Amino acid sequence: MDAIILQILNGLDKGGAYALIALGLTLIFGTLGVVNFAHGALFMLGAFCSVTFVRILTISERVRDESVTFFEAYKEIPYLEIWYGDAGKAIVAWAVPLSILLAVPVMLLVGFAMERGLIRFFYKRSHAEQILVTFGLAIVLQEIVKYFFGANPIPITAPPALAGSADIGALFGLPNISYPMWRIVYFLFSLAVIAVVFAFLQLTTFGMVVRAGMADRETVGLLGINIGRKFTIVFGIAAVVAGLAGVMYTPILAPNYHLGMEFLVLSFVVVVVGGMGSLVGAVFAGFLLGILQSFASMTEVKAIFPGIDQIIIYLVAVVILLVRPRGLMGRRGVMEA
Amino acid sequence: MAIDTTAWSRRRILKTGAALGTGLAVPHVFVRNAWSQNNQFCNNPTGGNVVLGFNVPQSGPYADEGADELRAFKLAVQHLNGEGDGGLMKTLKPSSLKGNGVLGKKVTFVTGDTQTKSDAARASAKRMIEADKAIMISGGSSSGVAVAVQSLCQDMGVIFMAGLTHSNDTTGKDKRRYGFRHFFNAYMSGQALGPVLGEEYGKDRKAYHLTADYTWGWTQEESIKNATEALGWQTVQAVRTPLGAGDFSQYLTPVLNSGADVLILNHYGGDMVNSLRQAVTQFDMKSKQVNGKDFQIVVPLFSELMAQGAGDAVKGILGTANWDWKLDNEASKVLAKSFGEAYGSPPSQAAQTCYVQTLLYANAVETAGTFYPPEVIKALEGFEFDGMGNGPTLYRAEDHQCFKDCLVVRGKENPTNQFDLMEIVKVVPRDQVTYDPSIFGGELGPADVKGCAA
Repeated sequence: MDAIILQILNGLDKGGAYALIALGLTLIFGTLGVVNFAHGALFMLGAFCSVTFVRILTISERVRDESVTFFEAYKEIPYLEIWYGDAGKAIVAWAVPLSILLAVPVMLLVGFAMERGLIRFFYKRSHAEQILVTFGLAIVLQEIVKYFFGANPIPITAPPALAGSADIGALFGLPNISYPMWRIVYFLFSLAVIAVVFAFLQLTTFGMVVRAGMADRETVGLLGINIGRKFTIVFGIAAVVAGLAGVMYTPILAPNYHLGMEFLVLSFVVVVVGGMGSLVGAVFAGFLLGILQSFASMTEVKAIFPGIDQIIIYLVAVVILLVRPRGLMGRRGVMEA
Repeated sequence: MAIDTTAWSRRRILKTGAALGTGLAVPHVFVRNAWSQNNQFCNNPTGGNVVLGFNVPQSGPYADEGADELRAFKLAVQHLNGEGDGGLMKTLKPSSLKGNGVLGKKVTFVTGDTQTKSDAARASAKRMIEADKAIMISGGSSSGVAVAVQSLCQDMGVIFMAGLTHSNDTTGKDKRRYGFRHFFNAYMSGQALGPVLGEEYGKDRKAYHLTADYTWGWTQEESIKNATEALGWQTVQAVRTPLGAGDFSQYLTPVLNSGADVLILNHYGGDMVNSLRQAVTQFDMKSKQVNGKDFQIVVPLFSELMAQGAGDAVKGILGTANWDWKLDNEASKVLAKSFGEAYGSPPSQAAQTCYVQTLLYANAVETAGTFYPPEVIKALEGFEFDGMGNGPTLYRAEDHQCFKDCLVVRGKENPTNQFDLMEIVKVVPRDQVTYDPSIFGGELGPADVKGCAA
């Protein structure tokens, strides 16, 4: 029982990341009809917003390290720590959540720039061409990040108050169930972002227009609504969602330049399983596949199906495509001849 | 009966034979290896330069080690060419090194990126041999890569001086005549670490292994399992994880509820940094109690670079190392100073082994008086030396494995400076980690191969 609860929790935090990326992918596909292979790169850019913010906060003075006697060594002390002491240290410690403040405007701008500067020229082109150009863009973005930040993963730490593990079992009256606190925070954060996006689409006039545009773009245009501009904003919002997923993921996994590619393929599978163009499907499939992947890593399961942890997601995708080609919640006519 | 005086007596035949033999041998005795100089071999350097090929991971999970290895190679080349402070050229004993390059030729180098992938590593080594005319290949921070490149070098007749590779297979079942390893191996780690684990954590323990799923991980897991089970420990589970997995949470999640009270991470480089950080800082394992005992984490192969990456998570963690810059011997101090002045940080164990391998190759060439690989191999096989930081060391002829003291180390609880991250718990003597070469099988293969033919 303990093991099952723990693997579900593990699947939920992984699923949170998959769901957030897949949500943005589906939003873009549903509104603009674009298959965006650069979406993983947006997740990676979000993670590097966090890295950049941490680096800004830790701009340091280089001072001689007298404790090293073999050679002339130097150590770096952040100016924030020099100027503000413990308060400065606390700000540095909470850098990851604080970097959301940087990530939102940056990712919005990146989204607008991508859509206006490149993607809009490919609206009427085939999906194959869209995939090629967005995949190329993803490679360009990751090489830019590699140039500035190097190839190695950059460890980022969670705020000390949210590091370590929480006694989750106490909530269910079960002993011996503790789970990393930041991963729980990440799951809750992903739920909050998903809720905000759905609320935005369901409860605002803007959202209503976007949903109408997703259903029938031509008719909405005939009503005199500039749907193109609305969709540019949607692209920006999708970029922010992917970026925020990346920002908060940095304490879980040290970011590197190809982080986006690792998540992109999985997220596309999530979209296919959930159903192309279905927002609810993307979120549901994200969590479902996260949990399945987690269970597939259990020793008991691997003992029966060796290597299943590596292929489970793709196996599910194959089965879904065979049994229900439209995906679990896919709309009729989307990506169908 | 007439005696035939024209017939050859036995004495005459012997005398004539001895005279002929001596006469034929004279050029070989006085002009060492004269015959091999005329032999054509792969990338025989003909100009004023000799090219070495340094094949290191510049990306992937072992990229940190790769970067430090490259720094060490550059420093070794400087020292061989008589630049800088000379480093361990001054301490190696016995030494044929002169500080004017190798056999009077200036040492230059080319580099390749193994990407910690066997196929990429073979491709870059092949490129360095075929296009850049490298006479020797060195480097690598992965046993999978080392085994693959070593095999290529055997086929091409180019000596491979392995960098950081810790699998038993490198000088065991996959050993090659053209491959040489200075670094220690998983078996030695097990032999060194086992007794210390018994002393520190007792003999009634249950271990859970997470193991990188490739040649090094398998042999590391086997070696440490053998050593701990010999102590009386039980192995609860041994789970294989993909190399470069990044997020190990799905593998860490079941550990605390498995009944195990020790987690053994058979991971290295970026994988180890990720899995250890996740185990300690996210899953908080070091603060847990299981079976009435403090939960412990062991990392059988440890390095300062990984300690830097993992931060506070390494505190109190036991493991083994091939070398540490804080060792109290002259050569270690000389290398730490030389490397530190050049790069602002002390050398990692990966850097030390690569630096030493470059010097040992150059020394063997000088000793042999030729770049001809079979002669260089002879000079390296059975070479007993000191002054490279590890104490008296033997390059065993039977498997091309170096035998020397190795270290049991622990992540330091209260570091005195940014580089003082590990403390040496025990220097395990060479005799304790020496083994019969036949236990891992394998064949070295021929020394005389058709050069550049792969």
